[in-house]
Amino acid sequence: MTSQYAQAVVDGVLSGGVYALMAAGLTLIFGVMDVINIAQGVMVVLGAYLSYALSVHLGLDLFATLVVTVPALFVVGVAVEWLFMRRLADRDRTAMSILVTYAVAIIIEGILIQVFGPDFVQLHGPYVDKSVHVLGFYLPYIYLYGFMLAVVLLGLLYALLYLTRFGQALRASLQDRRAAELIGIEVNRVRTLTFGIGVAVTAAGGMVFGATNAFNPNSGYDLISRLLTIVILGGLGSIGGALVAAVFMLVVEDVVAVAWSPTWSTLVFFAVLVIVLTFRPSGLFGRTAVRAQ
Amino acid sequence: MTALLEIEDVHKAFGGLQALAGASLAVEEGAIAGLIGPNGSGKTTLFNVVTGYERPDRGVVRLQGESIAGLSPDRVFARGLGRTFQLSRIFGRLTVLENMLVATQRRQTWLRGVLRHAGSAAERARALELLEFVGIAELAALPAGNLSYGQRKLLELAYVLVADPDVLLLDEPAGGVNPTLVNQIADRIRELNRSGKTFLVVEHDLGFVMDLCVPVTVLDQGMALCTGMPEEVRRDPAVLDAYLGGADEDEVEGAAEAVR
Amino acid sequence: MTGETSLLRRGGVFAATLAVTAAFVLFPLVFSNPTTTSIAFFVLIYMIAATAWNVFSGLSGYIALGHAVFFGAGAYTLAVGAEKLNVSAGWTPFALVPLAGIVAGAIAIPFGLISLRTRRHTFVVITIAIFFIFQTLAFNLSFTGGSSGLQTPFPLWTAVGYNQRFYYVALVVLVATVAMAVVVRRSRLGLQLLAIRDDEDRALGLGVRTSRVKLFAFTLSAIPVGMAGAVYAYFLGQIFPQFAFDPLFDITIALMAFFGGLATVVGPLLGALVLESMQQEFTLRFSAGGGIYLIAYGALFLVVILVMPRGVVPTLRDALANARERRAGSPGPGVRVHAPLRSRP
Repeated sequence: MTSQYAQAVVDGVLSGGVYALMAAGLTLIFGVMDVINIAQGVMVVLGAYLSYALSVHLGLDLFATLVVTVPALFVVGVAVEWLFMRRLADRDRTAMSILVTYAVAIIIEGILIQVFGPDFVQLHGPYVDKSVHVLGFYLPYIYLYGFMLAVVLLGLLYALLYLTRFGQALRASLQDRRAAELIGIEVNRVRTLTFGIGVAVTAAGGMVFGATNAFNPNSGYDLISRLLTIVILGGLGSIGGALVAAVFMLVVEDVVAVAWSPTWSTLVFFAVLVIVLTFRPSGLFGRTAVRAQ
Repeated sequence: MTALLEIEDVHKAFGGLQALAGASLAVEEGAIAGLIGPNGSGKTTLFNVVTGYERPDRGVVRLQGESIAGLSPDRVFARGLGRTFQLSRIFGRLTVLENMLVATQRRQTWLRGVLRHAGSAAERARALELLEFVGIAELAALPAGNLSYGQRKLLELAYVLVADPDVLLLDEPAGGVNPTLVNQIADRIRELNRSGKTFLVVEHDLGFVMDLCVPVTVLDQGMALCTGMPEEVRRDPAVLDAYLGGADEDEVEGAAEAVR
Repeated sequence: MTGETSLLRRGGVFAATLAVTAAFVLFPLVFSNPTTTSIAFFVLIYMIAATAWNVFSGLSGYIALGHAVFFGAGAYTLAVGAEKLNVSAGWTPFALVPLAGIVAGAIAIPFGLISLRTRRHTFVVITIAIFFIFQTLAFNLSFTGGSSGLQTPFPLWTAVGYNQRFYYVALVVLVATVAMAVVVRRSRLGLQLLAIRDDEDRALGLGVRTSRVKLFAFTLSAIPVGMAGAVYAYFLGQIFPQFAFDPLFDITIALMAFFGGLATVVGPLLGALVLESMQQEFTLRFSAGGGIYLIAYGALFLVVILVMPRGVVPTLRDALANARERRAGSPGPGVRVHAPLRSRP
């Protein structure tokens, strides 16, 4: 019995890592630009479809497809920011960003339906259905690789943020936009690149998601709801928070699925958020709202 | 005799930063008290604590003998304490008159009349009266976002007066405003004071404060350094030290001479 | 709320309202084709929901994406109520519509209490989370019939008459909703909501009881949505959890309100009219899949948001006002100066 739970915890941690990657992108975008990218969910699906197309038509290994999809989604992110987000005025920026990114999400979903049709597909590879048996646990290869990929990418993200000048500029913009502008940081360029990076990571997440779930163009909604929940729980703008929240939520969900039933686990996922927010309105690691100036 | 507004030993820290470290201050009824101090001394934080925007970690804030520390800003306002902000905050998308109508009267119960047409004739009349008083009545129908900086300061002053507060906390009422307007504002404050209102004014413009306020308190690093008549405070070496920072006795004397 | 409007303008507005109301009333009699009236019915349902949503979100700036909870609650109230109370088909089930509104309002109170404690950004997400909780409950609780849903009574009316009757019921609810929206917009509540939208903390410092104001408006906005859900459920004859609690519903009504203009009364009506008719037309024409429809819908939306960020109605209104002033030769465009509020002696 306990081994079932332990397995659930392991599953949760592994898949949590992948969700963390996608959520990190989302929270980064919010932290730097005050923008909530509703399209993040469908962009994951886009990444999954791109990997699908490459693996099916060119026979590429799933991880190899990332070489194409990650830069491709980076470009998509930069394009979206440059074309649309930039035009948003500062007032009501967040509310407007919800609508704009939602419109973008609808367009992307429409394109996916036209190109790939509405049927469910899934990514396949030699290791997708196999697991490695370690210490009495079954670690599906795909989750394991996905988790390692997430760790690597999050590590790269960390390095970018803390070891490069661009990362410095990004963190400065994250902490205090106006101050960053005053120092002369080209906030616009930082924003565009950040949006691109935030979206690019979805390519990686998308590939793993696509290999572990059957998906169709409609799958973006459920995804974005989960990503938003994770991001809010972790605290908007906090990447570490997103990581902790993602793993926590996924573990809770998987454990509840075992303890209770899979149907209720979805409910618990969202209920956790509601409960946490009731006691800590700014999330686990969020910046507490200062009321006055 | 208890002062109208009593602030005793207030502490407030933000993470590692101790913004207020035992600040104490008393404002007598009918006074126009001044609060000065170098940047970062905690003046705005003190205002925030008194008006309910921040909770003090420790300490007492009393209005007319009753504790108000930790009350939310709307309740503080209902007790008769109004406050302006350093960078004037107005409701940009509402008209100037509508801005005036937002402020709620003190004894008003909320549910009754919440669906009644905004702004009764009496309320509008009073609003215009107050706008007239600060001199921007002709702008009543303009969206407040169109107002100039100085006009916004006047609007903010006008709408905190709507509920006829007993005490007004003004955060840099003369900041960034042209000299004519500064005098206008000072005159208005004196007029309101004559009609019974008490003031606590934070200002960087020392001339403004020395001219208008009695007594003056100096805040430095979250604590009150001294309180007294403007002249005394001006000459106090500890005060000069705080402003000029770590100078020795002779230099301080010299600087004091120059300021006089 | 602008300054005193001249008698002529007010007369004009009154006449226009009368004309539009007449058009709404006569529509199903003139265009009685059941396909058309069916579309018209759905348009009305969305008009109700978008208008009600706007009363809270449009005025306060708190974007709620969980109103589908109220819609679904209303739908299920009618379905469950009709079943438990053994209500026979016909006009009687409509009596459950006000009950549906009350149920929705009752749910709004704890919903609001939990979610309104958070900042705006968090608020959006918590409404989504609460929505998903309700959706899951609907899927899994026995009295909601689980994933097979519930049936509602099926009145034996002719196709034409069926649609017409439902249309008029929806119209009655719509009129009541619009009336509520107008009252709120002009009231102290409306003003306080707008103040909260512009600067919530400043409003707090002026004595506005922001928590109460928001909760009250939130609850008010839930009631018509619940009623719309009930009418909708009865019209369809069967409800399923994924349609009664549909995440697209939330974003659709938000888009409609934005399209037309937040914080206006007419805006959501216009938005619902345009967007819902569009959606219905597209579903009829492009029955297989919805790819092209989605692309067109999204693109239209982007264009409107970027070109007219305040929505169609306010943008047009300003354009007209500026044109009028330029003709009259007054101070330049962009500065609206209306007649003074004090009457001259």
